[in-house]
Amino acid sequence: MSTIARKKGVGAVLWDYLTTVDHKKIAHLYLIAGGFFFLLGGLEALLIRIQLVKPNNDFLVGGLYNEVLTMHGTTMIFLAAMPLLFAFMNAVVPLQIGARDVAFPFLNALGFWMFFFGGLFLNCSWFLGGAPDAGWTSYASLALDSKAHHGIDFYTLGLQISGFGTIMGAINFLVTIINMRAPGMTFMRMPMFTWATFVTSALILFAFPPLTVGLIFMMMDRLFGGNFFNPAAGGNTIIWEHLFWVFGHPEVYILILPSFGIFSEIFATFSRKRLFGYSSMVFATVLIAFFGFMVWAHHMFTVGMGPIANAIFAVATMAIAVPTGVKIFNWLFTMWGGSIKFTTPMYYAVAFIPSFVMGGVTGVMLSAAAADYQYHDSYFVVAHFHYVIVGGVVFALLAGTHYWWPKMFGRMLNETLGKITFWLFFIGFHLTFFIQHFLGLTGMPRRVFTYLPNQGWETGNFVSTVGAFFMAIATVILLINIVITTVKGEKVPGDAWGDGRTLEWAIASPPPVYNFAQTPLVRGLDAFWLEKMEGKKELTPAEPLGDIHMPNSSFLPFIISFGLFVAAFGFTYHNDAGWGLPVGILGLLITFGSMFLRSVIDDHGFHIHKEEVLELEKKGANA
Amino acid sequence: MHAEEKLTAETFPAAPERATLEGKNKFLGFWLFLGGETVLFASLFATYLALKDKTNGGPSAEELFQMPIVFMATMLLLTSSLTSVYAIYHMKNFDFKKMQLWFGITVLLGAGFLALEIYEFYEYVHEGHKFTTSAFSSAFYTLVGTHGSHVAFGLLWILTLMIRNAKRGLNLYNAPKFYVASLYWHFIDVVWVFIFTVVYLMGMVG
Repeated sequence: MSTIARKKGVGAVLWDYLTTVDHKKIAHLYLIAGGFFFLLGGLEALLIRIQLVKPNNDFLVGGLYNEVLTMHGTTMIFLAAMPLLFAFMNAVVPLQIGARDVAFPFLNALGFWMFFFGGLFLNCSWFLGGAPDAGWTSYASLALDSKAHHGIDFYTLGLQISGFGTIMGAINFLVTIINMRAPGMTFMRMPMFTWATFVTSALILFAFPPLTVGLIFMMMDRLFGGNFFNPAAGGNTIIWEHLFWVFGHPEVYILILPSFGIFSEIFATFSRKRLFGYSSMVFATVLIAFFGFMVWAHHMFTVGMGPIANAIFAVATMAIAVPTGVKIFNWLFTMWGGSIKFTTPMYYAVAFIPSFVMGGVTGVMLSAAAADYQYHDSYFVVAHFHYVIVGGVVFALLAGTHYWWPKMFGRMLNETLGKITFWLFFIGFHLTFFIQHFLGLTGMPRRVFTYLPNQGWETGNFVSTVGAFFMAIATVILLINIVITTVKGEKVPGDAWGDGRTLEWAIASPPPVYNFAQTPLVRGLDAFWLEKMEGKKELTPAEPLGDIHMPNSSFLPFIISFGLFVAAFGFTYHNDAGWGLPVGILGLLITFGSMFLRSVIDDHGFHIHKEEVLELEKKGANA
Repeated sequence: MHAEEKLTAETFPAAPERATLEGKNKFLGFWLFLGGETVLFASLFATYLALKDKTNGGPSAEELFQMPIVFMATMLLLTSSLTSVYAIYHMKNFDFKKMQLWFGITVLLGAGFLALEIYEFYEYVHEGHKFTTSAFSSAFYTLVGTHGSHVAFGLLWILTLMIRNAKRGLNLYNAPKFYVASLYWHFIDVVWVFIFTVVYLMGMVG
């Protein structure tokens, strides 16, 4: 079987991506789908800011505002931020540990398609009566009362499907990192981004099941007559809040830890210095993850859990500031005395530190339970979580996009346009959210679609809306940059930035399908940098050149996920229409039928022969 | 060693489920999956405990649960876990026929358990304990029903493996599959031990 890349038709390329199990192509899929949802969520954010630009505005009123607000949050967290992080994990982690592939290529593809169809299903709600409208947290007290349309059902079923995909992705990364590291790649020689992926995957594995259970309860209550959250029949809406936040708080670390990992790579690369305090960085990452499971109730201080529970969760929350502070100082010390190169990714990294610290400081303020009664449900909270999520996660995503784009696609994004994007985004971000702290402190409630004049909120809201447009323009420039780069960007060598430290920079950009012609021997932290410092241009191989085993492509992941997509439609409408139940069952049959096929049809993969590998390597060296 | 190798009782490795990289990955990945499943059931148990006394005028746990049928179901499932251990024992000794036999007994015992559970649910519904009756009933059926659907899935899974491999015997490609299916079966059994204790025993003692 030949694997040499030829010019292919559009249909062939499409089929290739629909059936691929290659982690590098799955990374492209995550990047495209996550990027699309990021634009969608951004558009929703703009609509929110337009509505709030002046008092008593009637651009988006009442229910529609609630839908846009809910979908903005849900889309950004579940369908944009996480998949974009998964894009980088897929693109980079197997390369960073010197692996030819992930542990479960088929499952990896299945995870992507589950996420994709879940997100698609959720967004179908826009065209079928109305989107979910109970906030991204979808508290049961609101969600069970939302009876005008099926919005909430699209939320519960869509997130269940995409959640399955996320759990699969997490198991795949855990096993890949534990079992498939190259010889010499001990745990304490793993790059920080790989460490972050590892810890994040563990968080996903243990945090997503409670969400799944909560969503199942919500689905049962709304569609099948359950009584979990119905107080009239003995149910309790607080159970949803607990289940949601037992997931929801680890979720914010699921977002931020990989972002920390991306920045750790960037700081070390462009300071051209070893990451300061590597072991303490690893320890801090693990500690943050551990604490992350013990603080969920700080989202519920005003529920009435009592002073003892509030105090315990307040102290646990404040404790997280310690390992986070360790990280901040380590990044500063990495730059200290380094020979710093100010590239676009480094701009984001440097800007991230003060921006994120501000979000951290307001986080500690919010963790003081007594004070939280004042901040609760105000724009102060909105400002806080946008400072950590935009100032932390989105900055990291933009930085990662610029940093790994040459590795993923073989062409360098334009640096001038990149820096323009950065400045517009950075200024727009602070313009939008800084002033929201003060709007919140002066009493502006979150999630309310309008406000009255003469309460002192006009200027603040106007400034905030202007800032949002800065970020929108920045995103458009990034898109233009991507188009220009794809059309006529300069091709780059393997070590695209010239300062690569980790294994991914030691192979061609984009990497060949088998990643490493010979599995490398890792001799220390920053394995590629070590080799370069000894005057070598390539890695030390750990094995002779030989045939390479590869997994077969498969269309089944797509079908399995599609089946659930069909089933979700059926069950959503099973109370309204006769076709509901049969369609639901049909969907499940498609899913379980294709799982059965997967089980009974042997899949041994295939081999790329040594001669072909040699030929491909020669081509790669010339490119 | 690779997956397609033809093996004999002498060359068959001591841990066939982990003899290939694919097997090692499956083995570890499945253990991690069970970790996630544990959290899933923990959430279901926590909710059940919070709602178990909210009967909304419907029958309570003491009125419903009958020891004989639950005890019988428990014995069937516990025994099936033991028989699946025998199956894996014979798999490691490269004795395909005996493995199939013991897996067959496992499936029969599991099917017996499932039949008893379906009968039990049927009885409860007749006594006015429906899914929609109360918060207690919703939590009960969701917890015990999730376990039951795991049992059903496990039965179909083991049966599929037995039929698919009936003619070709053991190799390093299917040995990890049999092994993780048996892990899954043990997990279901452990969850049932907790259901028996937390739902039925605590329910009957009050």
